[in-house]
Amino acid sequence: MIAVIDYGMGNLRSVSRALERVGGKIKVTSDREIIENADSLVLPGVGAFSQAMENLDSLDLCSLIRQKIEEGIAFLGICLGLQLLFTESEEGKCAGLDIIPGKVKKFSFKEPLKVPHMGWNAVKKVMSSKCKVMEGIPDGSYFYFAHSYYVEPQDEIAVLTRTEYGLKFTSAICQGNIVGVQFHPEKSADMGLKLLRNFIEHR
Amino acid sequence: MLAKRIIPCLDVKDGRVVKGIHFLNLRDAGDPVEIAAHYSREGADEVVFLDITATIESRPIILEVVKRTAEEVFIPLTVGGGISAVEDIKQLLASGADKVSINTAAVKNPGLIRESSKKFGSQCTVVAIDAKLQKTGLSSDICHLTSDGKWEVYIDSGRTPTGLDALKWAKEVESLGAGEILLTSMDADGTKAGYDLELTKRVSESVDIPVIASGGAGNLEHLYQVLSEGKADAVLAASIFHYGEYTIKEAREYLRSKGIIARN
Repeated sequence: MIAVIDYGMGNLRSVSRALERVGGKIKVTSDREIIENADSLVLPGVGAFSQAMENLDSLDLCSLIRQKIEEGIAFLGICLGLQLLFTESEEGKCAGLDIIPGKVKKFSFKEPLKVPHMGWNAVKKVMSSKCKVMEGIPDGSYFYFAHSYYVEPQDEIAVLTRTEYGLKFTSAICQGNIVGVQFHPEKSADMGLKLLRNFIEHR
Repeated sequence: MLAKRIIPCLDVKDGRVVKGIHFLNLRDAGDPVEIAAHYSREGADEVVFLDITATIESRPIILEVVKRTAEEVFIPLTVGGGISAVEDIKQLLASGADKVSINTAAVKNPGLIRESSKKFGSQCTVVAIDAKLQKTGLSSDICHLTSDGKWEVYIDSGRTPTGLDALKWAKEVESLGAGEILLTSMDADGTKAGYDLELTKRVSESVDIPVIASGGAGNLEHLYQVLSEGKADAVLAASIFHYGEYTIKEAREYLRSKGIIARN
């Protein structure tokens, strides 16, 4: 069973339906016991980093998520759910779960590029990565993004894909049992569903 | 690089699509869910539902449509029409909409934009602006007006002028936390003679958030013009797709052939 963690940060319906569409058995939950017994975790979320950490904290889920990840559970973070894995964010100068060393930074451009970075953009694989979640997805496929902050891992080895928007930012990470994507696979039509299917099949 | 978006828009009344849709192979050509799924298969980048009934009694109907759409369609869905309070937004998002588009209520209560973006995020708070060229002075001489035109914001489906300048209003909604502007030229809407390039360009250049151009699409060149000259980030169109004049795929291929970055 996949626990889709509900911590009050945005609508989880699309993520849940998309996971079900590709064969996932899911429970949308904030219940510690259900999360404890899940075989995979999905942490979705849109909105403010600081609010998200507050919510996770008040649900007493921070240490549980850390613990499950340490134990090796298959984990997928989407958008804000990716960013929360990092050490800290510029958004509200807030500490994150600190599972992946690195920072979450705000897009800041001199050139006339719009923020949020909103829409479909090409996702380029980092060839050294052996992560299976991108398997069968052609390099440079387009995925749907909607965000103003991006992650900067300290360690290059965690980078799975990069995307160009003013700079080449990390659009997906993979480290052991942890996968995190900045884009929304649940909103990225066929390629998004393919990624979710890969996550379910290779976990 | 970020692709320009092609967004078909459906007018929905009492849970049914209003304008005739002329596709083959649809079981029910009046069902917004089926049509949204069709557009998604064709490669639309997003879909917009505009609920034109939008009375209190009709709310449950559109919520049901949104729920069914979220089961089937895995591209972003924006819903507009009749949103007047945070509770409306909450319900739409909980039903599976990814963004809501606020028009009249944003003018009447700008605090709603701030509240929505704080509570649900800028990325799901779209402000729709209906703009019309103000005919000041020698109003019979239309040609002169476009060069130093000023556009006024209208609300209540274009019935009520507000006295707001469209460019200033666009900046204000950005500062209040809107993540996107859906800009409709009332002058161009329904003409099929092309988007209002000057209006779109002026608005797009005056804000840092994406601008979706709407109103006036009659052929694929119009899409190209407003994405290049008009500096729009996305194009909204209805009839050219609904009546089967062009497919989304044809539009994408045309834009790519003209050097516009569109999804492959």
